[in-house]
Formats: sequence, C-alpha cells, structure tokens
Amino acid sequence: MNFGKNIGVERSERSRQAASGASHIEDLALEQTLKNFRMSVVAWSDAAYSRPRTVTQTVRRRSWRLVAGGALGCALLAGGVAGVGYERHQRQEAARIAAARVVEQQRLVREQQNLLREEQAKAEDEDLLSKVDSDVSREVPSAMEPLAQLMAENERQ
Amino acid sequence: MAAGAALEPMTRATAEEIAARNLEAATDEFTLVVERHRPQVFRFLLASTRDVDLAETLTQECFLKAHRNWGSFRGESSAMTWLMRIAINLQKDHWRNRRMQFWRHTQTNSVDMEDAGEWLPSGESSVERQLLAREQVSHVWAAVKGLSERQRTVFLLRYVEEQELSEIARATGLSEGTVKAHLSRAVTKVRTELGRQQ
Repeated sequence: MNFGKNIGVERSERSRQAASGASHIEDLALEQTLKNFRMSVVAWSDAAYSRPRTVTQTVRRRSWRLVAGGALGCALLAGGVAGVGYERHQRQEAARIAAARVVEQQRLVREQQNLLREEQAKAEDEDLLSKVDSDVSREVPSAMEPLAQLMAENERQ
Repeated sequence: MAAGAALEPMTRATAEEIAARNLEAATDEFTLVVERHRPQVFRFLLASTRDVDLAETLTQECFLKAHRNWGSFRGESSAMTWLMRIAINLQKDHWRNRRMQFWRHTQTNSVDMEDAGEWLPSGESSVERQLLAREQVSHVWAAVKGLSERQRTVFLLRYVEEQELSEIARATGLSEGTVKAHLSRAVTKVRTELGRQQ
C-alpha cells in the first residue's frame, strides 16, 4: 500500500518537474524573443537616429503639398460650380427647345385642321350647287306643261 | 566705512562672475546630458510611437522642456529617469491632443509592425532561425500594440531600456507594485500572442 503511494508521489513529482522544465524552456524562449525584440528596436532606432536630416525638405514638401492641395481644392470647387451652372443652363435650353417643339406641333395640327375644314366646306358647296342644277333641269314651268306632256307621249309612241 | 565702499563693486563683480561661471557650467552639464541620453530617449519614443518623425519631434520637445527646467532639477533621481518622465508626459499629451484633434491628422505615419520587425541584426546562425526570430519580433510588436498606454510604457522601459522596477516607478510616477502588475499583464499578453504563432 505504502509502495503504491510512493509510486504515486514519485509520478506526481516527475510530472511537476516536467511541467516546471517546460515552463523553464518557455521562459528561456520568451527571454530570447524579448532579447531579439530589444535588438530590433535598438537597430531601428540607431538607423533612424543617424539618418541624414531633411527638415527643410520636409517643410518645403509639406508647404508644396499644402499649396497643391489648396489649388486642387479650388479647382475642384470651381469645376463643381461651373458644372452645376452648365447643367442648369443645359436644362433650361432643353426645356426651351421642348416648349418650342410643342408650339410648332400645335401650329401644324391647327393648320391641318383648317385645311380639312376648308376642304369640307368646298365639298359641301359643290354638292349643293350640283343638287340645285339637277333640280332646276328637271322642273318645267307650268306654262310649258302641256308641251312637255306631248313630248313625253311622242317619245312613248 | 570707506573700506566697505571700496569693496562693494568688487563683490558685485565677483557675484556676476560666479553666476556666469555657474551658467556656463550648467550649460556644459546639460550639453553632456543631451549627448548621453538623447539616443535613449529617442529610442523609447520611437518604440512607443513607431513613428520616426514624431519620435524626433517629441525628443526635441523633451530636451527643450528639460533645458527650461534644468535649474529646478535637484538630482533626486538620475537625469535619465527625469528625462524619461518628461518624455512619458509629452507622449501622453500628444495622444490626448491627437484624440481631441483627430481630424488634423487623418493618417498616421506609424511604421507597420512587420516593417518594424525587419530591423533585426543578422546575428542568428541560419536563415530559418533569422526568419523565425523576425516573425517572433513581429508578434511582440503586435502584442505591444494591443497593450494599454501604461502597460506599453512599463514594458518598453523594462525590456527595451532595461530599467529596474524602481527606476520605472520613479519615471512613471507609479508605485513599484503597480509597475509589477502592469508588467506582468503585459508579459502575459506577449506570451499569449507568441503562443498564437505556434
């Protein structure tokens, strides 16, 4: 029983040692990584610290950028305003053309209607005249009636 | 009485001379401090901001402030600790201003973490080891980016500037216990980030 207990203790001791060994290795790895990190920062900082200074150039470049940015902004603004104006003008022009077209179409329709009306009136006049002509040609004055009857009898014989 | 009157201008001249000599000595002393500590302050600010231009500007501001207050420096802590304290405050002010005026700088000049990791001196034996080391350094940068301002400051002062906990406490104005707690949390985060890589 005691023997078994000892084995258990030994096992737990071994696993504890193994765990502590693993964490030690982990710590060593972390230590090495942090050392590398430090070396990296130092190298980067040294390179950045000893680089040639370009203060004037930077300032100039920045001011040039500012000027260019301002000019670009102004150009964009002017372009935008001009675009809006041009678009409005275009719209007005299109509306004016459309209105003129409508007026023209209305005028043409009116002309056609007038022509039709005139033709109809002419046709009606002609019909009336021809009817009058035929009526006049068939009717005989009462004084001539006996003669007309004779003519009709002769024709029958 | 007559002797006193004769001595008076001489005393005034001596006091002026002493003041001039003191000023000269202080200037020389400050020049030495700048020469000795400027790279270190720049390095800390560069690691904190990952922005070379910003780190340079803040370093200049730090030494300008130090020069103005050099007379009030009583030497209770080392000059380096005093300078670090100024640098930390300047950095804090910068981020605070930046948060308030975010529209002024729409884009940051910060170097990418992977680019920052590229600065590993080629001391490793093989190419594979070098690549692995670079990758690990990039992961540390990623973890550092995710740290809070205080954790980052404490972590960088400990593992880049290799300062003692007491020095860090003096520079940050925190107690040693708080520094330890911040450092422990920072290291845990770094460890987790490195664990994710494996």
